[in-house]
Amino acid sequence: MTLHALARAALQLALLVLLPPLLPGLVARVKARVAGRQGPPVWQLYADLARLCRKGEVKSLTAGAPFHLGPVVGAAGALAAGLLVPGPGSPALLSFQGDLFLLTGLLAAGRFATVLAALDTGSAFEGMGAAREVTFASLAEPALFVCLLVLSRATGELSLSGMLGPALPGAWAQWAPALLLCAVALFVVALAENSRIPVDDPTTHLELTMIHEVMVLDHSGPDLALVLYGAAVKLYVFGALLARLTLGGAGQGILSGALGLLLGLGLFAGTVGLVESSMARLRLVRVPQLLVGAGVLSLFAFVLLVR
Amino acid sequence: MTAFAQTVFILVVMIDFFVLASSRLKAAIGAVAAQGALLALLPILLAPQELHVAHVLALSLGALLVKGIGIPYLLRWAMREASVSREVEPVVGYVPSLVLGGLGVMLAFAFSATLPLPTPEKHPYLVATSLSTVWTGLLLVVSRQKAVSQVLGFLVLENGVFVFGLLLSDFMPWMVEAGVLLDLFAAVFVMGIVIFHIHRTFSSLDTGKLSALRD
Repeated sequence: MTLHALARAALQLALLVLLPPLLPGLVARVKARVAGRQGPPVWQLYADLARLCRKGEVKSLTAGAPFHLGPVVGAAGALAAGLLVPGPGSPALLSFQGDLFLLTGLLAAGRFATVLAALDTGSAFEGMGAAREVTFASLAEPALFVCLLVLSRATGELSLSGMLGPALPGAWAQWAPALLLCAVALFVVALAENSRIPVDDPTTHLELTMIHEVMVLDHSGPDLALVLYGAAVKLYVFGALLARLTLGGAGQGILSGALGLLLGLGLFAGTVGLVESSMARLRLVRVPQLLVGAGVLSLFAFVLLVR
Repeated sequence: MTAFAQTVFILVVMIDFFVLASSRLKAAIGAVAAQGALLALLPILLAPQELHVAHVLALSLGALLVKGIGIPYLLRWAMREASVSREVEPVVGYVPSLVLGGLGVMLAFAFSATLPLPTPEKHPYLVATSLSTVWTGLLLVVSRQKAVSQVLGFLVLENGVFVFGLLLSDFMPWMVEAGVLLDLFAAVFVMGIVIFHIHRTFSSLDTGKLSALRD
C-alpha cells in the first residue's frame, strides 16, 4: 500500500468517525437561526456525548442482554454502512460488487437491534414506538432500494463506489430527470430514516408524536451516548449519499472530494433545517402516504430509465 | 427544446401524483391550474420547424386562459360558496390511489412506445404522459366523494386528452381546438351550478347522498 492510499484511508476514516456529531448541531443551528434564536453551539452533541460517557446508567428491572445490544449494534451498523459510502472521493474504504445490499442490510440490522432493545424493556410505551418504527421502515426501505436500483441502472455499476464515483457525471448528462427524481425520493427516505420532521420530531417528548425517540427512552449513560452517536452516523451516511449524488460525484481526488463532501453535507444539513423550520410534523396516518409517494417517485424514475 | 419539453412532461406526471395524494382542495386546485399552465407551454415547445405562429400561439394562449386561469377561478369560487376545504374520506384511500396511479403511470411509460400511431410521435414521452394523466383523471372521478374533487378529476382527464391532441395539432384547424376549450369551460360552468344545487339541497357536497333521492 502506498503512502498516498494510506493517507486517503486515514482521512476517510477520520471524517466518518469524527464528523457525524457535527451534523445534528448544524441542523439545530439552522433551525434556531430561522426562528430568530441564537441556538446551541454546533458542537453541542460532542459535549453531550462526553458528558453521557462519564455517567452511570439506570436500567429497567426486566431488561436483559438485548437492551445493551441495541445501542451497540445500531452504532456499529451505521459505522459499517459508512465504510461502504464513498465520502471524500471514490472508492470508499470498503467496496465490492453488490455492496448496496449490504448497506441496506446493515441499516436494517441496526434498526432490528434497536427495536429488540425497546421491546426488552417491557414497557408498553416503547413497544408502541417500536411498532411505529417498523411500520414506517417497511415503507421506507423499498423506496431506498429502488433509489439505489435507479442509480445502479443509470451508471451500469453494482457497487456504491462505482455508481457514486466516476460513472456519475455521465449518468447525469444522460438521465438528469430520473436522477433528480431519485435524489428527491432519497431525501424523503433520509428524513424518514433519521426520524426528522415531516415524519417524526426529534425534539419532542410527547407520546403522540414520537417514533424513534420512544424506543430509546429507557437508555441512559454510555448507552444513550451510543444511541445518539449511531443516529448521527446514520444522518452522515445518508447525507454523504445525497451529497455524492447531487454534486455529480464531483471530485475524485482526496482533497477536492473532501471539500465536495463537506459542501454537500453542509447543504444537506441546511436543507433539513429549512424543511424542519417550515413544515409541521405530519399526522401519523399521513406518513405512509409520504413514504409511498417517495417509493412511487423512485419507481417512476426507474421506469424512465428502462423504457 | 426537447430537454425542456421532457421536464414539462415529467412535471405534468408529478402533478398527477400530487393531486392523487392531496386531501386539501385548495392545493389540488392550484396543482391542476399549474398543470394547465404547463400544458400551455407544450404547443410552443413541440412546434414543428415550418411553424404556423398564429396557430401555435392561439392553442397555447387558449389553454393558458381556460385551463390555467378561468376554470381554477371558477372552482375556487365554488369551493368558497360551498365552504368545503378538504376531501374527507375518498372511496379509495390516498395510499391505494397513489399506488394505483403509480402502477398506471408505469404501465403507460413501459408500453406506450409499442403503440402504433397514425402520425410520427413528436416526443417520446408525449403518449405516455397523456395516458397516465387520463388514467389519473379517471381514478379521481371514480374514487372521490366530493363534487369539487370529481370536477378536478374531469379536468385532469381533459388535460390528458389535450396532451394526446397535440399529436394532431398540425392537422387540426384551430377552430376545433377553440370549440373543445369552450366545451370544457361550459362543462365546468354547468358542474359549478350542479355543485351549487347539491350544496343547497343537502348542505354538503357528498355525492353519495344523491342516492337518497326518490321521485
